[in-house]
Amino acid sequence: MSFQVMMQQLLGGLSKSMGIFALTLVFALPLGLVVAFGRMSRNRVIRSIAWIFISILRGTPLMLQLLAVYFGPYYLFNIRIGSAWRFTAIIIAFSVNYSAYFAEIYRSGIESMPPGQYEAARILGYTKSGTFFRIIFPQVVKRILPSVTNEVITLVKDTSLAFSLAYAEMFTIAKQIAAKETSFMPFIAAAVFYYVFNAVVAFIMERFEKALNYYT
Amino acid sequence: MALLEMNHIRKSFNDLEVIKDISLKVDEGEVLSIIGPSGSGKSTMLRCATMLETIDAGEIRYLGERTAWVEADGRKVYPKAADLRRVCSCFGLVFQNFNLFPHFSVLRNITDPMIHNQKRDRQEAEKEAMALLERMGLETKADAYPCQLSGGQAQRLAIARALALNPKILFFDEPTSALDPELTGEVLKVIRSLADLHIAMVIVTHEMNFARGISDHVIFMEKGVIEVEGTPDEVFEAEHARMQSFLGKLEH
Repeated sequence: MSFQVMMQQLLGGLSKSMGIFALTLVFALPLGLVVAFGRMSRNRVIRSIAWIFISILRGTPLMLQLLAVYFGPYYLFNIRIGSAWRFTAIIIAFSVNYSAYFAEIYRSGIESMPPGQYEAARILGYTKSGTFFRIIFPQVVKRILPSVTNEVITLVKDTSLAFSLAYAEMFTIAKQIAAKETSFMPFIAAAVFYYVFNAVVAFIMERFEKALNYYT
Repeated sequence: MALLEMNHIRKSFNDLEVIKDISLKVDEGEVLSIIGPSGSGKSTMLRCATMLETIDAGEIRYLGERTAWVEADGRKVYPKAADLRRVCSCFGLVFQNFNLFPHFSVLRNITDPMIHNQKRDRQEAEKEAMALLERMGLETKADAYPCQLSGGQAQRLAIARALALNPKILFFDEPTSALDPELTGEVLKVIRSLADLHIAMVIVTHEMNFARGISDHVIFMEKGVIEVEGTPDEVFEAEHARMQSFLGKLEH
């Protein structure tokens, strides 16, 4: 196999990795906020459910969760699973898993806000949702951005776990080529791609942080 | 009709009774100062009036309307969110530590509640906010952020932000306690200058000369009860041993 063909195949895989990455963020970031609300709910039942949710998702391997979501419908309900389900299962597993981590990041940020901000907002006539989305959340975003960056970078690398469902993302492809060609080259190329992908992510996140540096 | 009436208020934190059966009343345009040693319950009284704390007994009336009370069986009755916002719209509160919104510019700290909560027109709100900033001597700071202000400027902005919503009563919770003497002076000057707006003010303060000069009525609190009250002269000249020792200690 020529170098060019290998690169083409890896790049094809990279675009699929990016797909997992982007969709996971799209779903996990808002879902994490919902879970964080549950975790901080005044209702003890909701709070416990959120706690158990987070505890299980953080306490078991993501690879196992991928398998569970993918094969779950078959083993639980005897539903035949087709290849269309594979991608959906991956997105569900990643989104749910990352939402647990994001939830704890959101919670730490929200709980670090001084009560005076809530009190001032209340006196100035903000509704509960107005207080959260206009006053609290924008400040929370600034506080949690470094932790979110960490999580997002981990996600880039974690997309390689989709190989456990034989989904053709970059790592799966690299492994296939490496086995076929008995060469370590594809892994090195993949490593470079992951590294560059992460460098771009880190750069963008840094820009976000800088953009929020206008106040302390 | 009194703007604010607080009748037989009690408030405890765990087992500590901070306010023991206090009643007070504020009329339109009246300036009431509450003085007393730290821990006497002054700030708690203010936080109860502004409904940041719930009362354990008694009732609070704004404009004659009973807004919060405690039933005989101990059930606390507070207005629902929308009603609470309506009641809150008749007063403003200036905090000891300002509680400005750090992510908003100076101007937006004032205009955001006007536009978002009072549904005011943006241009009109900005015009009014600029006039308020001018009044506070902050017109050059409109585009700055709170972190770029001195303590005195921050507190003046907090006052402007409260005034922008046209309150009938403005509460001040030790507005100068976080400031050095110089900055204290500039903030007190601004508060004095509000007298011509005929807004009722309730001021918790340790600035005795200021309280004496500005108030129509003074309350001296100690250990959760009102020990002395009356006109400034009556209170400051009263032959009340505890209060005189409190005032005397302040002079050192």
